[in-house]
Amino acid sequence: MDLGLTSDQEAIREIFASFFADRAGPDHARAAQPLGFDPEGWARLGETGAPGMGVPVDAGGGGASLADLVVVAEEAGANVSPLPLVDHTVTARLLAGLDAVGDDVVSGAAVAGLAVRPATGGLARSVPAGAVAEVLVALEDHRLVVVRGAAPGEAQPNHADMPIAHRSVQDGEVLAEGPEAVAAHARAVDEWRALTGSLLVGATRMAIKMAVDYVSERHQFGRPVGSFQAVQHGLADLPGLCDGARLLVAKTAWAGDRPGEGVADMGDNEVTDFAALAAMALVFAGEAALRATDRSLHYHGGYGFAEEYDIQLYYRRVRGWAQVLDDPARECRRLAGLLLNDREVD
Amino acid sequence: MDFALSDRAAVFRADVKAFLAEQVTDEVIGAMHESGTFNDRGLNGALADAGLLAGAVPGYGDRDPVELYILFNELEKAGAPYDGLAVTMLVAGVVHSVGTDFHRTEVLEKLITGRHNCCLGYSEPDHGSDVAAITTRAVRDGDGWVIDGRKMWTTMAHESDWVLLLTRTDPDVPKHQGLTMFLVHMDTPGIEVQPVATMATERTNATFFDAVRVGDQWRLGEVNGGWSVMGVALALERGVMGGTNPAVPLLRHVRAWAETAPSPDGGTMIDDPLLRERLARTAIANQVGQLLTLRAAWVAATGGLPGVEGSMAKIFASEAYQQVVGWFQQMAGAEGLLGFGADGAAGNGWIDYDARHAPVTTIYGGTTEINRNNIAERHLGLPRTR
Repeated sequence: MDLGLTSDQEAIREIFASFFADRAGPDHARAAQPLGFDPEGWARLGETGAPGMGVPVDAGGGGASLADLVVVAEEAGANVSPLPLVDHTVTARLLAGLDAVGDDVVSGAAVAGLAVRPATGGLARSVPAGAVAEVLVALEDHRLVVVRGAAPGEAQPNHADMPIAHRSVQDGEVLAEGPEAVAAHARAVDEWRALTGSLLVGATRMAIKMAVDYVSERHQFGRPVGSFQAVQHGLADLPGLCDGARLLVAKTAWAGDRPGEGVADMGDNEVTDFAALAAMALVFAGEAALRATDRSLHYHGGYGFAEEYDIQLYYRRVRGWAQVLDDPARECRRLAGLLLNDREVD
Repeated sequence: MDFALSDRAAVFRADVKAFLAEQVTDEVIGAMHESGTFNDRGLNGALADAGLLAGAVPGYGDRDPVELYILFNELEKAGAPYDGLAVTMLVAGVVHSVGTDFHRTEVLEKLITGRHNCCLGYSEPDHGSDVAAITTRAVRDGDGWVIDGRKMWTTMAHESDWVLLLTRTDPDVPKHQGLTMFLVHMDTPGIEVQPVATMATERTNATFFDAVRVGDQWRLGEVNGGWSVMGVALALERGVMGGTNPAVPLLRHVRAWAETAPSPDGGTMIDDPLLRERLARTAIANQVGQLLTLRAAWVAATGGLPGVEGSMAKIFASEAYQQVVGWFQQMAGAEGLLGFGADGAAGNGWIDYDARHAPVTTIYGGTTEINRNNIAERHLGLPRTR
């Protein structure tokens, strides 16, 4: 057992913490609204190798593990970076697994995106990176299809200023069919859950920091607001939620990197199954992020509601990430099926 | 990060699981709730004889705190009577850390046989969270000390051989600087234990000290150095030694109930969408509680003192436990109110039991508010408010 990062992961964390802060931080996120995508930042990110980092080496990528990728995702989330790195990464890995990943996706020259929910009637609705994906993968009727071509470049106006768009997948090229297609899509969505969970952890971490910084500087009644116990106690539960979510995301990544099946025994609190952990990670990280951004915005007072302050960016982004796949309550019911093992899931 | 147990820890866990499966019978669990004493010397002794207890003393021997965590986590998940053992091993850890050779021989060596118990004498009727303000006096008398005062919440005092007793030895200095810790044998003349009944099944006590004479060799730590001994005790207590997975047995009981309980909407409760959602949310909280506890154990295992990490685990697990108990008791309707032995009680009375027990979990072992102060000051760096 080792609950620390490896030295390689520490190095990765430092590199991407500065990259996102310098090239794709809150100011870039604000400037990229309403599309939620900064092409310049994406081009710079491509130079770091990040878009293909999670693609296996034999497919031309960096061969990074999920455990490495969640470290990068946490830093992207901490900076609310307007870059579709999570969607791109899981789609690239999915394509690579089917021997269908092109150099343009590995390099990031083409943005890849995933319809995380199955498409119906030839339409994938509210695809998280749908407005910017030039390579879009979707599952419909047990067929996994890919659509290549120019992205619409325009998002549906949305709460989180994410590049959400509806996309036709009618003329898609079929990549796989039947159980293989369903399994490949399910695996990619589970990876999306883990990495999105990590985005949420990063945003949670930063929302707590922003709150602490603000209440330490802001004075009322002749004292720092952060010296009032009511405010301190409103903040004190948040680090445990943040750290708990990070550990759960890391455990999910660890399980996803291990070959073979895990267990999901809730009666003994022994859960090593990747799919069950991925659902847990997304739900819990979402809950932590909602709570932390809610508290942080509140302790900013009226300024928290103002466009000028960054906390509102975080508040809105995390709500987008936490529910663009589904209502967390429905995710929980799906998880219950995995834990109780008493019915077919999906 | 690597979430796999080391081979050695995995073997240890398998041994503990096998032991508990055999030893923690329905009779053992029934007896603890019947008596209100969550301590079973037969079980404790058997654990020691099986070689599973020496690793339960924090910092003692060659076991690491991950194994300590495993032992108490498995005891907790099994619903076993382990409260007395946890306190006893905590005291063993304090003795190991700050005691003399005399204390090790006379106390520690006996505690690890599983046949002796300790209790904690910190709180008093008028001093709980502000424990440094206690007034139980210890006054020098020749080679020894004379102790007078009252202690509250001395759970297991009626089972214990020793009490870890916090006393005031100098009332004229700032409160943290006038405290001294003692190990006092419970057979010493002048000690009286009175039971305190609680709203759940567990019994606790009030303990009275009237001109209790102890030799100086029973002092633990320096004269007026009691607060630093408390610091060791509190760091050992939070997080690692059970108390952060109480909803695991609850979840088993709820599932067993829901699989047969008819739903007023038709079918059984296990098909109720809200119940399923809440089972899943509870399973998530149980994982998070486990991971935060494991992290505290890992910090301790790698040489740190997991004060803040323990506070996080304690707050999260106890608050989550109270929330989920409330959900399930309400979802069981009238049957959720029925207790042990009642005809038709949801979960054979366990849901009622957990709903009765849950309120104390955000109080004992450091209240949620004290733990929040700890996190606000030591982790978030906010100013002290007291």
